[in-house]
Amino acid sequence: MANIKLDQVRKSFGKVDVINGVDLDIKSREFVVFVGPSGCGKSTLLRLVAGLEDITSGTLAIDNQVVNELSPSDRGIAMVFQSYALYPHMTVYENMSFGLKLAKADARSIDERVMDAARILQLDKLLDRLPKQLSGGQRQRVAIGRAITRKPKVFLFDEPLSNLDAALRVQMRIEIAKLHHSLDATMIYVTHDQVEAMTLADRIAVLRDGYLMQFGSPLDLYHHPDNKFVGGFIGSPKMNFLPCDLAGAENGVAVVKTVGGTSVPTTSATNGHSAGSGYTLGIRPEDLLAGGAREGDAEIEGEVITIEQLGAETYVYLDLGHEEPLVVKAGGHFSADPGHRVRVGIPAGACYVFDSQERAFDRPAYE
Amino acid sequence: MVTATSSLPQAEIPAGRKKKTQLTREKIRAAWIFLTPMILVLLAVAAWPLIRTIWLGFTDARLSVPGSGQWIGFENYLFWLDYGDGEGEWIGLLADPTWWRAVWNTVYFTVIAVSIETLLGLLVALVLNAQFAGRGFVRAAILVPWAIPTIVSAKMWDWMLNDQFGILNDMFMTLGLISAPIAWTSSPDTAMAAVIMVDVWKTTPFMALLILAGMQMLPGDVYEAAKVDGIHPVKVFFKVTLPLIKPAIMVAVIFRMLDSLRIFDLIYVLTPNNAQTVTMSVYARQHLFDFDNFAYGSAASTLLFLIIAGITIVYIYAGRVNLSGDK
Amino acid sequence: MSGRQKKLLQQLGLWVLIVIISVYALFPFYYAIITSFKSGSAIFQVTYWPTDFSLANYWGVLAQGRFPRNIFNSIVVSFAVVVLSLLLAVTAAYALARVRFQGRGILLFTILSVSMFPQIAVLAGLFEMVRGLGLYNNLLSLILAYMIFTLPFTVWVLTTFMRDLPIELEEAAIVDGAKPHQIIFQVFMPLMWPALVTTGLLAFIAAWNEFLFALTFVSNDAQRTVPVAIALLSGATEQEIPWGPIMAASVIVTVPLVILVLIFQRRIVAGLTAGAVKG
Repeated sequence: MANIKLDQVRKSFGKVDVINGVDLDIKSREFVVFVGPSGCGKSTLLRLVAGLEDITSGTLAIDNQVVNELSPSDRGIAMVFQSYALYPHMTVYENMSFGLKLAKADARSIDERVMDAARILQLDKLLDRLPKQLSGGQRQRVAIGRAITRKPKVFLFDEPLSNLDAALRVQMRIEIAKLHHSLDATMIYVTHDQVEAMTLADRIAVLRDGYLMQFGSPLDLYHHPDNKFVGGFIGSPKMNFLPCDLAGAENGVAVVKTVGGTSVPTTSATNGHSAGSGYTLGIRPEDLLAGGAREGDAEIEGEVITIEQLGAETYVYLDLGHEEPLVVKAGGHFSADPGHRVRVGIPAGACYVFDSQERAFDRPAYE
Repeated sequence: MVTATSSLPQAEIPAGRKKKTQLTREKIRAAWIFLTPMILVLLAVAAWPLIRTIWLGFTDARLSVPGSGQWIGFENYLFWLDYGDGEGEWIGLLADPTWWRAVWNTVYFTVIAVSIETLLGLLVALVLNAQFAGRGFVRAAILVPWAIPTIVSAKMWDWMLNDQFGILNDMFMTLGLISAPIAWTSSPDTAMAAVIMVDVWKTTPFMALLILAGMQMLPGDVYEAAKVDGIHPVKVFFKVTLPLIKPAIMVAVIFRMLDSLRIFDLIYVLTPNNAQTVTMSVYARQHLFDFDNFAYGSAASTLLFLIIAGITIVYIYAGRVNLSGDK
Repeated sequence: MSGRQKKLLQQLGLWVLIVIISVYALFPFYYAIITSFKSGSAIFQVTYWPTDFSLANYWGVLAQGRFPRNIFNSIVVSFAVVVLSLLLAVTAAYALARVRFQGRGILLFTILSVSMFPQIAVLAGLFEMVRGLGLYNNLLSLILAYMIFTLPFTVWVLTTFMRDLPIELEEAAIVDGAKPHQIIFQVFMPLMWPALVTTGLLAFIAAWNEFLFALTFVSNDAQRTVPVAIALLSGATEQEIPWGPIMAASVIVTVPLVILVLIFQRRIVAGLTAGAVKG
């Protein structure tokens, strides 16, 4: 098992910079997920680790050894591709043993390893089948099995579940989590699905335009986003953003004035900022209190645009006279007609404040 | 908690210092190893012989004279032969009326044959584009002329065009189109027509299939939209189909044109020794091997090469045919 | 005229065209076949329907003279050309389709240009080379010479085909530790059978039908290939063209081609268009 260290890694295709100086320190046996919107460079970063693309500058070390110039097969990695990339003309067994055969392993150890992997993934009965005779989930398993047989130090997954239907995706997600525990290997997993990221990862790396925006545990990212981008990217539905002025500090915490002149106390530090405009207030829909504030909380009022009732919960879209509607998550029984006015409480602890550079103010976790 | 690095890009890294992985280097090395045999073969069978042909055109090489092949400059192309008494004449390829006759024959043949083939090919493609039972059969049927060796089709038509026993004369006389049998392949008036007739039969399928492929790539919804709008089918053909399949036609025409400009087999078998159908290729080969004039034939081959290259470049440029294959 | 009548008339017109096209395409071959079954003076009677079923012409062509030898020569040359050009083209196509290197564009353009070469332009140079290498009257000269038209074509078609193979498959093989030659022969080749069959078939037909080089580089009856043999088939006297045997020989060399074409109809059309439209 191995740690992975990226030091100022850059990648450009011609004049286009795709990865802009990423530093990452991935611990041994860690499950790290790269997330970000499409085009953020997450797949490219994975391919740089795999060795399928050349690193333009910076260093990449696996197991404390610089591997910039090593071939993928010499890096001790295995990769699972989005399209599975199974060899169509080979049986499941041949697919899983191809790499070992190329490495000239002896027949008995090949057989042992393939059988082991097959047992773990319940592929025992499918070994003689061709990929085209398998279902999507089975193909995915074979792709993972092919990785396992190589006994790599690092597993790389490139959006492995995006071709599966929703139900199967959940099932495979759980299997991959189980696999990580049983194999005890370092894994890097690329996805655009933040639920996958939150559920699987020990730590998540959020990328945007080739820059690393934040690297931390799922709850860290949720409670302490470094910047507005991470705040908005992690969490569903998305965090509400309201423009605000920093009114000043009271007892060491910031107080802001947002749309409609509502004064909102927060629990954030001011990070040395003095009163002024150009700030952003972020509040998660699930933290807002539909129907009114508790003691001491700020309150805001808006007109109902529409509500979405999902049974267990209800999403209320409010017009605050601001360009984007305020989304509030309420209980399953909440109901209000469009056009009606609804009051919403803003707990101080639920407030995130971002400066004009989109950097977050420090704040304690909100329970 | 680890701090995020959203720092600004640092100073540019010099491009020359970019290190390639072992994988990339290995791939590029392998690529050249893979390409070398092919390149060597092409050098041996294309580049070198072409250079030698051009070179030989500037010499006095004769197959019957061992060791011949002295450099004589442009004498094969154009040369003032002085009789010594103040009289003289221009000789050489460029002053040879037979050569110019061959050039004319070739161009004439190409223009007429390719035009007919394009029109017929378009018609056949339109028919094959329609839905009807047995379409597969017809498509297979038109592939038959394409698959038959040129020599064989020349012989088959030679027989059908035979002046005494040919079925074509019989057919035309029965239909009352002609009153007396015609010696199609040997009469100077009809030799070229005969050659064109056979070439059209043999190569229209190729044309039709290429155009058909172009037609089948057209989006069907355009036609449905036109139908809904009630536009007349003829108008649809000229306003929609034709402009859209123009690229396919252009490519098909250039392929056929290049083929026609170098025509040899058909004429060699169907109308040998007929001045009306001597093309550039036939002329060049006659001089190379039949008239023991290797150098002169080489010069003619070189000119043919230049003419074809020139026409191709003009055509590609004028038609903006995209042959690069990169999208 | 009612809409229905109009539609009927259109259908009729279409079917008339279909019949004309089919008859036009097939009649010469059909006529060659019925001629080949006529013997003696029957051959000089124009008939539109089969009248005789004599095998005399076939017997004459196959049992006497060198024609069987010519067929054998053609088979040897064509197969050798197919195998050699596919072998050279598969590896070259991988390099051209899958590796980014300097000069790739120029190389592709050059290959395309070679495929448009008029063969007569290299005839003198090739002839000199063939004689210099002592390959005159040797089938090797034809195998070598035919590369000029089969190789660029096969490289071109296989390159376009290989470009469309999924990149992830290659990457999976790379991660598995496959070297470029292993990627080609163990991963790509098994997936390329359709393209290999198509290009191989087209190369075979081109080699089988070639005339100019075969006429020039071989002058001895025993080494001739089929097209030259048919072109030069002559009777007892100069005037007397042996039409019967010529038609029989023509049918013999064409029937296998026609059968191949009918079997691989779709593949051939795809290959032709890949070489032209896509190219």
